[in-house]
Amino acid sequence: MEAEDPGLPPKGGMDLPQDGVDLPEQKISPGSMDTGEDEPSVALDEQVELPGAQNNGPLSVAGGKGDVQEELTETREESSEKDLSDSASTDNTLEDSSEFSRPMVMDGGPPGEEEVAVQPRPPTHRDEDVTAESWRAHRKHIFVLSEAGKPIYSRYGNEEALSSTMGVMMALVSFIQSGDNSIRSIYSDDRKLVFVQQGPLVLVSVSSTLQSEQQLRQELLYVYYQIISMLTQASITRIFERKKNYDLRRLLTGSEKILDRLLNLVESDPCFLLGAVRCLPLQPALRDSLGSLLQKAITPNLVFSILVARSQLVTTVQEKTVIDDCRLEPTDLHLLLNLIGATSAFQTGEIWTPICLPRFNPDCYFYAYISYLDADCTVCLILLSTDKESFYSVSDCKKRIEEGMRTQSYLQALSSGLKSPSYSVAMVGAPDLRHFMYKPLDIPDNYRQLPQFTSPELEGPYCSESERHRLFDLYHYLHSRIHSTARPLRLIYHVAEKETLLAWVTSKFELYTCFSPLVTKAGAINVLTKLLRWIKKEEDRLFIRYPPKYSTTPNPGKGSKGPRTEGAENGFFGGL
Amino acid sequence: MGNGQEMAQRTTGNKEVSFLQDAPGSKEFSCVFKVVLLGSSSVGKTSLAYRYVKKDFQDSLPTVGCSFFNQCVTLDATTVKLEIWDTAGQEKYHSVCHLYYRGANAALLVYDITRKESFEKAKVWLSELEKEFLQNEIVIILVGNKLDLSEEREVTIEEAKEFAKTNCILYTETSAKSDYQVTELFVTLAHELLELEQQKEKLRHTTHWKKSRVDLQETASRRMKCCQK
Repeated sequence: MEAEDPGLPPKGGMDLPQDGVDLPEQKISPGSMDTGEDEPSVALDEQVELPGAQNNGPLSVAGGKGDVQEELTETREESSEKDLSDSASTDNTLEDSSEFSRPMVMDGGPPGEEEVAVQPRPPTHRDEDVTAESWRAHRKHIFVLSEAGKPIYSRYGNEEALSSTMGVMMALVSFIQSGDNSIRSIYSDDRKLVFVQQGPLVLVSVSSTLQSEQQLRQELLYVYYQIISMLTQASITRIFERKKNYDLRRLLTGSEKILDRLLNLVESDPCFLLGAVRCLPLQPALRDSLGSLLQKAITPNLVFSILVARSQLVTTVQEKTVIDDCRLEPTDLHLLLNLIGATSAFQTGEIWTPICLPRFNPDCYFYAYISYLDADCTVCLILLSTDKESFYSVSDCKKRIEEGMRTQSYLQALSSGLKSPSYSVAMVGAPDLRHFMYKPLDIPDNYRQLPQFTSPELEGPYCSESERHRLFDLYHYLHSRIHSTARPLRLIYHVAEKETLLAWVTSKFELYTCFSPLVTKAGAINVLTKLLRWIKKEEDRLFIRYPPKYSTTPNPGKGSKGPRTEGAENGFFGGL
Repeated sequence: MGNGQEMAQRTTGNKEVSFLQDAPGSKEFSCVFKVVLLGSSSVGKTSLAYRYVKKDFQDSLPTVGCSFFNQCVTLDATTVKLEIWDTAGQEKYHSVCHLYYRGANAALLVYDITRKESFEKAKVWLSELEKEFLQNEIVIILVGNKLDLSEEREVTIEEAKEFAKTNCILYTETSAKSDYQVTELFVTLAHELLELEQQKEKLRHTTHWKKSRVDLQETASRRMKCCQK
């Protein structure tokens, strides 16, 4: 998503950026709202809320109309209305899929029913004592609540126990709303509180990480989209239109794990930060053969065929039926993969499930066929169809793909590539380089393709979780500086306590690198040159350069390979 | 506890020999049956399927949508192919569940014997099925799972048995964890399916299909309109 970020200066100011060298001690406070008090001060964005202009995050969805009629009294009345809401809610659920004509009435059930709706679980984050200091000490809290102030999700601790906290959050939202404005964030000494309102849902992040407000907002949107991917935006809107204090947890029971997993991934997998997909490094010939195999095994209404191995994209095929301008969004793929990762799977099983791709269309379901092709459940085939009845024909496609993979022994070839988890940074041959993330922006036919990135395994000092968090905090920080809407940068050389980092954006790529702390500036630049050469050499293996799709449409991007010259990259540093 | 065996015995005592004589022509195709597992979330639907198909137990994560398996059961000379549709128990998927149970030949209504509410939900599922199917179209078995946790039992055997009896459905208790009565459940199911198939076959030949109705085993007390009360 960041590729289109308008914040980047359009011209190729290839010379030394004014603030290229960054002072590590400089405090990041995008707003000037730092307050020392416990009393939260409200950082209001000056602009009066316009529909659609509400989110400046790149993922913003238009149409989150400011619905101010929410009243606090309703929050208080909720308990008395609870029974009513819960028994009526089943109807809502069923009517979601306009086809289900018969409401399932549960009024015959015993009175104890409501209480047991939330099922007993083994002790998890959710059983944490929300009054304990350890609960407060978490790096990042995420809360989801409804406009009526009803708790929907909390990353740590039981939502029920947090209902008064969430009530306060909703009070803040409503109070600002009543002044025809919307609350965006609150900055305190060591925490950022970010609010996102999407339709009838309010999402709140309370973070002590180095992430920028915009990044936190982005994460909240991931959470929102994950919820949408399970329920669709249209049905959520409909449910809350009918019943303002509906308890959405009814529909999300069992899905907390999906959200938990998402939030852990968001903190540890750069694909979310970069808005790009990680490809499995693979010989281009093998990738092409797999692509054409997918392309052959199609059936009417099949829209996307996606082959992934350990959450890394092997290849994807998009059928002609999809209009030209559409592409699979990385967000949708991330959410889909997260959902798959958080559900039970075993090899023989074939999964058939409705799933919404929120960036593609937030209101409708695709039907996803998911099946693993190997015994270890590493190679996963995902076929997305628009026809809910097409299970058998889609399953048949899988059989053909499986058959093709067997006769050509593609699976062995794939799994041999999977043995080593990814690749080591040592392959670059630059000892000072510890880690990097490279997102090419010059993929042919870019606008129709999934944005991709590559990065080596985390090794060396970044083996423990806390060290990894520290590194990603630094990456987040660099990313926020690069993509700052107020003052975007193209190049940052950042000397941190235990490492030195360099981030660099050109029209051709976005690159984040991490060096040992003793590297000199000149040394780092040498390493970068080496790295870029290495990536250039390996790019056919690391990325999907020419995606197999639209068999009828010639690929106009193919010609653009020529103009790329290495000289432009190497010459860049002349100014430093 | 003894119910599972009881049921299995009853069926085995009844059936398979006569079936083989009756319908030797039940060719390959008529022996594919669609079985759907229904019930609230975390009652053990996936675990039952996993136990049966993989002969193993693992703590499983929630199912999304529906998960599909094939399993062949050999009953004497006949091989029956079961297409098992293991549905998600989560409420958000209820709106699409009809997709999965449409055209089913059998339904396993699974509940957790330690959770009363899951039993109530199974009742609701039954009434759903009754709207979709005629009684002689589908084999329904009420399955109380998690027998290994019987100290925490909330649903008594009597209660469940009584309910099954009133609604003319089969009933058993299982434990996917300790592998109690799981295979038996599916074998019985296969027998029942064959029996049903055979009766359907007969009906196709006899004139008035409406009046000669199939009864699985109990006396022909018609199914109640509403299972709740």
